[in-house]
Amino acid sequence: MSAELTSVVGQPWKKPNFIKNPLLRWGLLLLAVVYLYFAFVTIDVNWARIYRGLDRGWQFIVGFANPDFTSRWSDIYEGFMESVVMTIASTVAGIAISIPIALGAARNIAPLPIYMVCRFIVAISRALNEIIVAIILVKIFGFGPLAGFLTLSFATIGFLSKLLAEEIESMNMVAPEAIQSTGSSWLQWINYGVQPQVMARLIGLSMYRLDINFRESAVLGLVGAGGIGATLNTAFDRYEFDSVAAILMIIILTVMTLEYISGMIRERIQ
Amino acid sequence: MPMIEKNGQKVWQVRNRNAQLLRWAGWFVGVIAFLWAWRFISDGTEWYYVWTAPEAAHDILTRAVPPKWSYINKLWGAIWDTVNIATLGTLFALIMAGPIAFLAARNTTPSKWVIRPIALLIIVASRSVNSLIWALLLVSIVGPGVLAGVVAISIRSIGFCAKLLYEAIEEIDEVQVEAIKATGARPWQVMIYGIVPQIMPSFAGIAVFRWDINIRESTVLGLVGAGGIGLQLNASLNILSWSQVSLILLVILFAVVISEWVSAKVRGAII
Repeated sequence: MSAELTSVVGQPWKKPNFIKNPLLRWGLLLLAVVYLYFAFVTIDVNWARIYRGLDRGWQFIVGFANPDFTSRWSDIYEGFMESVVMTIASTVAGIAISIPIALGAARNIAPLPIYMVCRFIVAISRALNEIIVAIILVKIFGFGPLAGFLTLSFATIGFLSKLLAEEIESMNMVAPEAIQSTGSSWLQWINYGVQPQVMARLIGLSMYRLDINFRESAVLGLVGAGGIGATLNTAFDRYEFDSVAAILMIIILTVMTLEYISGMIRERIQ
Repeated sequence: MPMIEKNGQKVWQVRNRNAQLLRWAGWFVGVIAFLWAWRFISDGTEWYYVWTAPEAAHDILTRAVPPKWSYINKLWGAIWDTVNIATLGTLFALIMAGPIAFLAARNTTPSKWVIRPIALLIIVASRSVNSLIWALLLVSIVGPGVLAGVVAISIRSIGFCAKLLYEAIEEIDEVQVEAIKATGARPWQVMIYGIVPQIMPSFAGIAVFRWDINIRESTVLGLVGAGGIGLQLNASLNILSWSQVSLILLVILFAVVISEWVSAKVRGAII
């Protein structure tokens, strides 16, 4: 734009910046650049090793083109069934334990001491990674699906209790009060005043958690806690990329199916 | 509301008989499924180890407390690597998730029947495989080290970020896009001035949210050799040095709490 035109129409319009304070904006940018420099310097990349590995990467892609379901089928089937079983059992057990804890972790229906204890349980369960819990439980309970079952149940508690407690805290308190005014016992109060309001959310969360538990059960086998992860690990160790591709395809397909079903159920009840 | 007669008195019930029976049938199927699953688990368990579990737990606990504080000096490098894996992984994931999200969103995709399904397939495939499995694969391709961790985390995060981002793109206000189009803007100008400013807050929110998750995930990637503090954890577990394990677990817990605090602060500032 020419100089005369600028003097006539004024400064051209400019897009406002996302971060308005210029000092903060440039400061953050500078910090990011410095950090990135140091981060990249500390990554040592072994190009020769990558070059040798490219062949394996190509084998993996080829494996996806013709996956081998048959030669390890009995192992795959066993691992898959174990994953399914762990998923079902741990979701059921996790929900059963989560409901009382969620009631305790909702400030509007629980007294303060119980609230503190339940929130503490939720915080512990959320802070610990599933894999780390699985490692410790495998050391304590031995190898096998029991450790995986306990791990997934424990992880379910943190997830489900927290979200369910939030739902209970944001519910309408008029209905529970009406139930209470009829002289109901505590159980009747929960059953008729609270439960109908949060049931849809509870079912939706449970379906979602079933989906997550299956995904997690696929990796617990890496640390000896049962499931299809153990089969996958063996296949990787033997560099049988066609079997790896078959197992990954089974996992992806199952997750997609579960996600689709849980999406449908959640849509129907809401 | 259904009523039933009982001894000449009308009694109120929540559900009528058929609904009630259906519910009982549902519960029955659920209980059977659980018991079937439980039998399977019980068959696969060595119960001798379970009965000795309290002693095993007690043994581990006595050896894990107190943590070996002096070991922290060997952990600083690992902590730095862990943070780098999470941050760089998130960064690469965001760079790749942006275009994929635009290709997957119904209102910006160039072709509904070819490109959109491909983009959605990429998203699903990346989301349904855990980062540990990606790490396992990448360790065998690029070799053990931080690089495998960075790539594993970024592949896993692409699907997550792209999914949330394309949902944000589908929810934008079309009026602003039309206004920009009416000025005679080119397609990329429409994108920069009409769409990007609208999704910028959710983009920043997603970035920080995923970074927080990635810090948690990068702490265990070392178990399969992909760098970070997990390497030290694995080494300490292999030599059964529980006092080192407990220190590492404390460090991980601390890192998780800090990253959650940071992400909560940043998200609070954006929204």
